[in-house]
Amino acid sequence: MSSATTTEAPKAAESGHGSGHHHPFLAHHFDNPVHQFDSAKLGMWIFIATEILMFGGLFVAYGIFRGQEPEMFHQAHERLDKIMGAVNTVVLLFSSLTAALAVRQSQVGDRKGTTRWLVITLICACIFLVVKFFEYQHKFHDGLLPGHYFTAHLAQHAHHGHTLPYRAHMFFALYFMMTGLHGVHVLLGMGVLSWVLKKNLAGDFSKQYFTPVEIGALYWHLVDLVWIYLFPLLYLVG
Amino acid sequence: MATEVAIAPSHNEEPHLNVNYLKAEKGVWSWLTTLDHKRIGVMYLCSVTLAFFLGGMFALLIRLELLTPGRTIMGAATYNRVFTLHGAIMVFLFIIPSIPAALGNFVLPIMLGAKDVAFPRLNLMSLYIYVIGAVFCLFSIVSGAVDTGWTFYTPYSTTSSSSVVSMTLGVFILGFSSILTGLNFIVTIHKLRAPGMHWRRLPLFVWGMYATSVIQVLATPVLAITLALLAAERLLGLGIFDASLGGDPVLFQHFFWFYSHPAVYIMIVPGMAIVSELFATFSRRAIFGYFAIAMSSLGLALLGFLVWGHHMFTSGQSEFATMVFSGLTMLVAIPSGVKVFNWTATLYKGSIWLATPMLYALSFLVLFTIGGLTGLFLGTLSVDIHLHDTYFVVAHFHYVMMGGTVMAFVGGLLYWWPKITGKLYNEPAAKVSWAFVFVGFNAVFIAQFIMGSRGMPRRYYDYVPEFRPYHAFSTYGSWVLAVGFFILAGVLVQSLLRGAKAPPNPWGSAGFEWNTASPPVFSNFIDTPTITRGPYDYHEATEEELFDGFPEDFKKTES
Repeated sequence: MSSATTTEAPKAAESGHGSGHHHPFLAHHFDNPVHQFDSAKLGMWIFIATEILMFGGLFVAYGIFRGQEPEMFHQAHERLDKIMGAVNTVVLLFSSLTAALAVRQSQVGDRKGTTRWLVITLICACIFLVVKFFEYQHKFHDGLLPGHYFTAHLAQHAHHGHTLPYRAHMFFALYFMMTGLHGVHVLLGMGVLSWVLKKNLAGDFSKQYFTPVEIGALYWHLVDLVWIYLFPLLYLVG
Repeated sequence: MATEVAIAPSHNEEPHLNVNYLKAEKGVWSWLTTLDHKRIGVMYLCSVTLAFFLGGMFALLIRLELLTPGRTIMGAATYNRVFTLHGAIMVFLFIIPSIPAALGNFVLPIMLGAKDVAFPRLNLMSLYIYVIGAVFCLFSIVSGAVDTGWTFYTPYSTTSSSSVVSMTLGVFILGFSSILTGLNFIVTIHKLRAPGMHWRRLPLFVWGMYATSVIQVLATPVLAITLALLAAERLLGLGIFDASLGGDPVLFQHFFWFYSHPAVYIMIVPGMAIVSELFATFSRRAIFGYFAIAMSSLGLALLGFLVWGHHMFTSGQSEFATMVFSGLTMLVAIPSGVKVFNWTATLYKGSIWLATPMLYALSFLVLFTIGGLTGLFLGTLSVDIHLHDTYFVVAHFHYVMMGGTVMAFVGGLLYWWPKITGKLYNEPAAKVSWAFVFVGFNAVFIAQFIMGSRGMPRRYYDYVPEFRPYHAFSTYGSWVLAVGFFILAGVLVQSLLRGAKAPPNPWGSAGFEWNTASPPVFSNFIDTPTITRGPYDYHEATEEELFDGFPEDFKKTES
């Protein structure tokens, strides 16, 4: 790791014939690894834009229904567990940091460091899902379910004493759709990071080629970012 | 006498890259696992042609049923399913992927001087996602089909007993295929332009594809979440679109049209992109107002996102919103008009060659203008209240979608056919097929304009006898149209089997894609080309570049 801080290497070596395969990971239609890296990164940013628009539909629905019935949203949100939500927020934020550190280590060619930070990121993702599982379990138990399955109003007096507002099931419909879709993205992100980890363990990456680590981490930041919005909107309704 | 030898001495270390792409690798497996954008384009072409055939068959069935009032060949419930399938298949399986994924995939990287799209694996994946989505849609058809119309409006779609979930899942999956194609094209256009191919030299086809891709990437995910909510609504009784649970069915329409109006531009902008190429090539001159046409594509992409409410004038949105949407809708006429006038100006004093692709381009000009102008009638509030949900609307969007996009698609297909297959087609027979298509198309839909303006509602199974002549005329027209397409299919099959070998540039075009062999070699170019002029600079193109014969013959005439 002596010359670990320099990253200028890719540019110089690969000029000339675009058709030659100088680097095992350089596809034939790119001029050099930097060109390939920039393209991959642009592609991921565009994909992130599509993801944000996909969640955008749910955010719009949230805005409309909350605007119609702010009182109901306020009362219904009190049935969510703020502590668990906060813990999950911290866990995800920390995992974003570790993902960024994994990118840094792969940029300087430190394969072991990359592995370490990727594993920690994946562990954080698992913690997130376990916490989410207990949250969901609790909601299922209380009958706080979307739409037709919503039964909390039948049992609420026995459990809590205070009444749930009319149409509270709308809040939980949105809660489950939003956190559910986010959960799917956590799983997808874990899949991506596991694939990156596997490639890293196989020794595919070097100072010249770390594109998948960077791209995978970028996706993971999106997963984190969406949660940063979900947490206050769902758990901290004012 | 192989043409590919004539291009340049090989600098390529891998000889298989310098072979005709159709022959570079052999066997079905090499096609199914190929990463070559040209082969993927060809496979897309076959898929969308199949979808067009299927959707067309449903269209013929609809027209046949409407030949007489009351029952002609099918019952009302079947009829609902047939028109839904016609719409859903034509929109999601044919017209959205038709030009970008089939022709765009093939031509766009070559136009840029690139060897492939930015992400070849993603490109192949988008094809397979398309196929999986199509399988879901087919499953929906055999398991009872859908009778909601292609728009899946709630509350009917959440209560209908037909197999809505599998169809919406199919469309959901198809959306991802569309997103991946758009994403791939944006990155390709940004990152893989050959040296000298700066933005002001981009062919207008590429500009159109760029605008289309932006819409695909930004609008399609909203459809995805809408359909996911619809499926959840059916499976879990979510309530978001259900008024009895406190939800809002009009919200579904807002979500749906937030995608589906931009989707109209996903369909028409590629058509405009193709005819821009055709007008330049077959007028033998620089396209008039290059930059204005390029920017009007982006203008359409932008405006497309702001006008969805004009589908909902009668759905109970506020009067103020209706007014704003009506005003914004009028703005769409500006970029559309810019294009139409620039194309017309390109024809002026051009050296016009009425080859079949040009006939299709001219048809596009006429039919799209009619379709566009009738769109203004519908965007006008007071008129729309009368015309809403009548055959006038049906005729309007068919003039844009079929008279526009399909005409451009067929024109582009015939234009690039020699490049794709390396074969020439029978020009007189193709002209005959064009005549049938043009006459048949107008017969079908002019009748619909008239009966629509007289109050014939769309989607109805039955009608009062006063409308009988119009419906009958429309149905006869559909048969002429069908004959036209069958002749066209015959022309293309004949060309594949017995067509003469095509020279690299059979139309003598100055476009860059014609600088490759016909069909192109596996890696498109042996060395990355350097671009020194614009794609329509006929005054700067060399005689050799514009030569419409074989390179070896060119050398003979010189000596």
